[in-house]
Amino acid sequence: MIPGEFDYVVAGSVDEAIGLLAEGGADAKLLAGGHSLLPLMKLRFAHPSLLVDIGRISELRGVDTGDDSFRIGAATRHADLQVRDDMGLIATAAKQIADQQVRNRGTIGGSLANGDSAADLPGVLLALEGSVTVRSRDGERVIEAQDMFQGYLSTAVMPGEVITEVRIPALTGYGYGYEKFNRRSEDWAMVGVSALVKASGGVCEDVRIGLTHMASTPLRASAAEDALRGKPLDAENIAAAAQLAAEGTSPLGDLNASPEYKRHLAQVLTKRALTTASAA
Amino acid sequence: MSITEAPAGKSVGHSLRRKEDPRLITGRASYIDDIALPGMLYMAVVRSTEAHANVVSIDTSSALGRPGIKAVYTGADMSDLLAPLPMAWAPPGVEIKTPERWPLARGHVAHVGEAVAMVIGDDRYGVVDAAEHVAVEYEPLAVVVDVEQALEDEILVHESLGTNKAHEWTMGGGGDIEQALADSEVVVERRIVNHRTAGAAIEPRGVIAEYRAGGLTVWSSTQVPHLVRLFFAVQMGISEDKVRVIAPEVGGGFGGKLQIMAEETLCAWASKQLGRPVKWIETRSENMAVSHHGRDQVDYVRMGATRDGRITAFHANIIQDLGAYFGLLTPMIPELGAFVMTGCYKIPVVRTDITGVLTNKFFTDAIRGAGRPEMTHMLEVMIDQLAEELEMDAIELRRKNFIPAADFPYETPYGITYDSGNYEAALDRALEIVDLDAFRAEQASLRSQGILRGIGFSTYTEICGLAPSRAVGPSGFGLGIGLYESAIVRVHPTGSVTVYTGASPHGQGHETGFAQIVADRFGVDPAVVEVVHGDTAQGPMGLGTYGSRSLSIGGVACAHAAEKIAQKCREIVAHNLEANPEDIELRNGKFSLKGDPDQGMTLGEVAGCAYIDATNMPEGMELGLEQTLIYDPSNFVFPFGTHVCVVDVDAETGKVRVVRWVAVDDCGPAVNPMLIDGQVHGGVTHGIGQALYEQVVYDERGQLITGTFLDYALPTAEEIPSFETDRTETKSPSNSLGVKGIGEAGTIAATPAVVNAVIDALRHEGISYIDMPLTPMRVWQALEEARGRGDGPRATEQGVSLPPQGEGSAGSGPTRPEGGAA
Ligand SMILES: Cc1cc2nc3c(=O)[nH]c(=O)nc-3n(C[C@H](O)[C@H](O)[C@H](O)COP(=O)(O)OP(=O)(O)OC[C@H]3O[C@@H](n4cnc5c(N)ncnc54)[C@H](O)[C@@H]3O)c2cc1C
Repeated sequence: MIPGEFDYVVAGSVDEAIGLLAEGGADAKLLAGGHSLLPLMKLRFAHPSLLVDIGRISELRGVDTGDDSFRIGAATRHADLQVRDDMGLIATAAKQIADQQVRNRGTIGGSLANGDSAADLPGVLLALEGSVTVRSRDGERVIEAQDMFQGYLSTAVMPGEVITEVRIPALTGYGYGYEKFNRRSEDWAMVGVSALVKASGGVCEDVRIGLTHMASTPLRASAAEDALRGKPLDAENIAAAAQLAAEGTSPLGDLNASPEYKRHLAQVLTKRALTTASAA
Repeated sequence: MSITEAPAGKSVGHSLRRKEDPRLITGRASYIDDIALPGMLYMAVVRSTEAHANVVSIDTSSALGRPGIKAVYTGADMSDLLAPLPMAWAPPGVEIKTPERWPLARGHVAHVGEAVAMVIGDDRYGVVDAAEHVAVEYEPLAVVVDVEQALEDEILVHESLGTNKAHEWTMGGGGDIEQALADSEVVVERRIVNHRTAGAAIEPRGVIAEYRAGGLTVWSSTQVPHLVRLFFAVQMGISEDKVRVIAPEVGGGFGGKLQIMAEETLCAWASKQLGRPVKWIETRSENMAVSHHGRDQVDYVRMGATRDGRITAFHANIIQDLGAYFGLLTPMIPELGAFVMTGCYKIPVVRTDITGVLTNKFFTDAIRGAGRPEMTHMLEVMIDQLAEELEMDAIELRRKNFIPAADFPYETPYGITYDSGNYEAALDRALEIVDLDAFRAEQASLRSQGILRGIGFSTYTEICGLAPSRAVGPSGFGLGIGLYESAIVRVHPTGSVTVYTGASPHGQGHETGFAQIVADRFGVDPAVVEVVHGDTAQGPMGLGTYGSRSLSIGGVACAHAAEKIAQKCREIVAHNLEANPEDIELRNGKFSLKGDPDQGMTLGEVAGCAYIDATNMPEGMELGLEQTLIYDPSNFVFPFGTHVCVVDVDAETGKVRVVRWVAVDDCGPAVNPMLIDGQVHGGVTHGIGQALYEQVVYDERGQLITGTFLDYALPTAEEIPSFETDRTETKSPSNSLGVKGIGEAGTIAATPAVVNAVIDALRHEGISYIDMPLTPMRVWQALEEARGRGDGPRATEQGVSLPPQGEGSAGSGPTRPEGGAA
């Protein structure tokens, strides 16, 4: 649990961070909360030559509340989000990340850049259909959630790019539910399900379901969504839709969960998340 | 639990605040990693990435060329050692095939993490970097990780031994077991897997060794400083007077530091070569891989009974996974369990068969309870299994077979004499707290809401207070050294007291409990009694802390030493008051005259006579108030009690949650009830951890999968209920305080209570048994099987096959530290 040798520099601004990152070359890495990167370094799975610490850049921390969206600074901590009940799904999910110590350090930008499909926020971003703004020497671009997560621990963020902001729609009128299943409360999700439901007159007008840890990237449970959209939001329809939650997924097994158990969990959790979201 | 103030001379029985806590809580304690010596070097260990291989070559040149590196040593450099690392059990009449274990491998490695080289340098980080540059060429050999497969001897862990079967040990009592089972009206048979766990102390191990001017000083995070010193004398040929071993603050042991560590030798030997102190601090990854594991048995168990519920016979055939080598006590651990095979019950015919088996995994050894949790698990789970078979209430079955309180001392069919017990009383008290009728009503109503609630009982007794010397020593049970405990009580000239104990605490609270015992014998405040431990240069030979032995052996030694001084005090006071010593008694903090309590002297005044103005001493009496004492008891002690676990099982996901825990323990008269509660809380948590969460797993290649706390799931506060503890007090006749051990009791009691509770929740679904750990997936698999889908829970045994490294997710996939010192 002792990392290899590396250099460390604190960036005072986003522009400075971009410059330091570019100069640092291929093995330079951004350091935000450090709660994904440092464990990997201590296990010697990651060997960055330079860490550019962006955790103290004040322009990166905080939430701008707009009329129909939220703009979240990339270095905003999970602890900042967990108290924002007005932000709905993302606040509920943030509360369930690990324990308070981790939430006090971990950032949304770090979590999304890391792109771990077992992490809570990537699946949430996907369900919310949010986006990620990145900046580099070449300028700024926006990555839509659906394009963000590309494979096992790999995202659309290119070397040299810094996530500056995460945008999510307010989705007023949607009910939401987040179901995370793990062995211990501080663990990562064995499977997680985020659900957003818009009802009108007891009928499902829109539904979005994000799946956590059912593949090497977060997924949308589109078969289940299609099955529920336009249907009355009763227990029977919810259960029937939830049966389809794992459709098309081929999750990897691990020590604690076989693929079939994960598919089963996706169904159970989808039913529960949809039920919560519909009750709102 | 309330903290109480105690009147002078009457502190025993009160929950005094722990004397050790202020320094621990305010960060003033000095753990091994807080110690730095001038000129100190650091060591990193190069560890095998192979589970089984011949070491073809080791190229140290690149590592040696790195900045700050002073030396790199391999096994070949250490040929001057006089002895391999010790295994201290040689039972008379039993052959044990012991593989030689050296601090650094000598051409052959038999488990992942085995030390092949050490790197010494002046920077803590630099040595770890350099260790990655030691190039070791391996010739891989076939690997065997499953204990029953290993028994087939197709793949040998040590070619030179010719077999993986290291030893067989049998004990029978009361008659022929096969006949007794054949004669039984009912026989229940189960295969019970008691899986591998880790001690996982929050402070990993660590060593500093300084060899200087022919003398060796070793600081080690150990439970047994005196044993470490003894071993150094044997292994390095330095006489004991020149070896000093110090256990500084030790942040948890759980048996994992009841060990002679390879790294102790590495640091000491390297310090001797280099003439500078050498420090090694274990990383968490190393701790998971090469701090000894515990449990790991496959048990074939048969219990016979009459139809009306009298147990007639009990047989356990235990296949113990020993791992690749032996630590201090490895093959002895399951045998320790055999001594309480009959638990709280009158079982006329019993037999234990133990087979110790070598595998390509790290060795198992004593972890909290050591053999007794495994045996108690078998017994208490089987009681419930039998109750189901007989369609009898499991509590009624227990009562029917309890050894009645009137029968103590009670001799078991194995010739062990239980000192005292009142099992009914503890069970009655637990039932009072629980209210079983209310529980059953609640259970039924919850079930209709989809919550499967269950209750499980464990009525246990266990053997602890490890001593008497004659019983356990070389000519008895066969330990390499007899077990007793030492104390020095030293009253200072102004009447404060220093106590040295040979016990070596690592969280238990000896400094408080022992101070209470001694203080009461002098009528002083425990605040002025300082308890010192863990330094071989300060006190006599001591045996350390493990086997729930400290209070009933070490505490009693302190009591006896203090009593001898108190007697001397009475004589001095009598002389001063011109009275008879028999007429002097302790009252209100004074040695005073019976009937005239105003006439008397405090301990300080007596000490004044003994040290300052000798004219007031009786003629011919030696000056000073000091006593050294070694105490060896007449018997073991046998604490007992009833633990009750209530769980909720999520019928859809299989997830188990412990929602209530009632513990009624009897460890004799309480010295400090709060310390007892602390041990019970921790002990039960340890057991819940094994039952539901923790498991050390190797894959089929012998790679450790649970190499970090990500995968090795220790329960956290969130997973543990608020404990409801209570006590009954039955004195032990084995010692003058009447006390019994409590450090392991919770762990010993806990696992069957959890399993029985889960089965109680699921029995109506058609499930009658599931092996630990009862993870959500395994419970779900059992539910699926009961509902006619799937094949039931996957085996928990070792050798699971998993996706190759990197394919799992970082969040919950396996992490595999591939050796190295990272
Ligand atoms: C014990 C423990 C338990 C945890 N449990 C959970 C859990 O249950 N659920 C969960 O979701 N997470 C969990 N985490 C992870 C935690 O949420 C992390 O903090 C988070 O995943 C990463 O955020 P960070 O700020 O710590 O990123 P860092 O570790 O600092 O960085 C992670 C990666 O992102 C890159 N990066 C960081 N910021 C940016 C940026 N602005 N732009 C581009 N790249 C960037 C870094 O270079 C690095 O590659 C756990 C962590 C620990 C230690």
